[in-house]
Amino acid sequence: MLEHPPPAPDPVGSSRTVLDRDDIARALTRISHEILERNKGPEDLVLLGLHTRGVPLATRLAERIAAVEGTTVATGSLDVTMYRDDLRQHPTRTPHRTEIPGDGIDGKVVVLVDDVLYSGRTIRAALDAVSDLGRPAAVRLAVLVDRGHRELPIRADHVGKNLPSARTERVDVQVAEIDGHDEVRISDTGGAR
Amino acid sequence: MTRHLLSIDDLSVEQIQEIFETAAEMHDVQRREVKKLPALRGRTVINMFFEDSTRTRSSFEIAGKWLSADVINISAKGSSASKGESLRDTVLTVCAMGVDGLVIRHPASGAAQQVSEWVDAVVVNAGDGMHEHPTQALLDAYTLERRLGSLEGRQVAIVGDLTHSRVFRSGVKCLTKLGAEVTVVAPPTLMPSGIDEWSRTAGFEVNYDLDEVLPKADAVMMLRVQKERMSGGYFPSPREYTVGYGLTRERLAQLKPDAPICHPGPMNRGLEIAADAADAAQSAVLEQVSAGVAIRMSVLYHLLAGEETP
Repeated sequence: MLEHPPPAPDPVGSSRTVLDRDDIARALTRISHEILERNKGPEDLVLLGLHTRGVPLATRLAERIAAVEGTTVATGSLDVTMYRDDLRQHPTRTPHRTEIPGDGIDGKVVVLVDDVLYSGRTIRAALDAVSDLGRPAAVRLAVLVDRGHRELPIRADHVGKNLPSARTERVDVQVAEIDGHDEVRISDTGGAR
Repeated sequence: MTRHLLSIDDLSVEQIQEIFETAAEMHDVQRREVKKLPALRGRTVINMFFEDSTRTRSSFEIAGKWLSADVINISAKGSSASKGESLRDTVLTVCAMGVDGLVIRHPASGAAQQVSEWVDAVVVNAGDGMHEHPTQALLDAYTLERRLGSLEGRQVAIVGDLTHSRVFRSGVKCLTKLGAEVTVVAPPTLMPSGIDEWSRTAGFEVNYDLDEVLPKADAVMMLRVQKERMSGGYFPSPREYTVGYGLTRERLAQLKPDAPICHPGPMNRGLEIAADAADAAQSAVLEQVSAGVAIRMSVLYHLLAGEETP
């Protein structure tokens, strides 16, 4: 995938679409093929979506893999609230459901699926959560958007779009299952985040 | 969320639902191989029990440990309290060690409230005299919700020694908040004074005839006859209590077959509840115990994991 040059600075308050519905569909199709290629087939794959928007994305990837391979892929959801390193900086949040496929994740290839990769702290928390649930053969990471600004030594294996962004900008992923339509937008918050 | 949990009055309906939702997730952790979440890592919780307890103390201890808190138990027996130290001195001493959470059970009504005014730590009331036992009420309501779905409009009977019962006082508040229609049943000698006015303002029913209430109930909560709080004279004989107000084998037959039977424990089998009822398929007694851990994990998480509330 070609990396796009950094966008020209937008005026404060402006907002634009980075990926539309078709772009998102194409990115997910490509990621699903990458996952299969990397894993040399659908065997032992478990797709774990991170709450909130990673969950429907994981389901869609599994549907695409099923369409290509003619076999179903185990999916689940992972909530990392209790594992976050910034718990003490916010009022407590109610955790979402963590649902692990019946066969568990021991010896499986777990692909974590999230919408945006940013500081990497959510993924750090997810790795801790996964290790409390079992011992996978490997853990990989697929994200729809990588916006940079990592604070930890973490990178994604599969990226829908690399989106160089300023810290003051805000990246919003909307998915039909939750928001009614598919879109990735970037907007300038003028410093407030 | 509230800073302390001293009474069910501290919680809104939304907050109760939030505690339940979190508890449902904690329930899953109980079934995992690694029963550990890091949410309270580095925080210290003291269980201070000035009254005997098995399930409440051990479930608070397990709850704290599964959330990775350091948990220390202090009981009145074997502590300086038995040398005559005042409650204030005991809690101030313990809190000076750097404690984040204080779970307290005390025979005096209002003790938890009083302690919360002395210390900086978050205080959870684990039963204060004849006043309240909020986490018990939460776990009872949570157990019933899991069995019955929403409690809105469901008929719940609370039966037994109401005068001495903090479980009843917290329970009736919690259940009515969640929309249940509560009927309380007790012999006249064990009905709290002023119950008529209280029931009118709080919106629950009072009845003295268990046989009239049972067939209509969607759930029944039997309370323990608290022999240790009675100086005698509340009823002529245990046998007479059982005949009038015990959940006997005969009364079990009047109950809807899917109506859960709850008891906060410890049970006086043969007195307020027959073995047939305690061990019936519709009995929820053991579910209450496992719900107790999940609810207490949820409460400790919400009170201690987030940012400091002033």
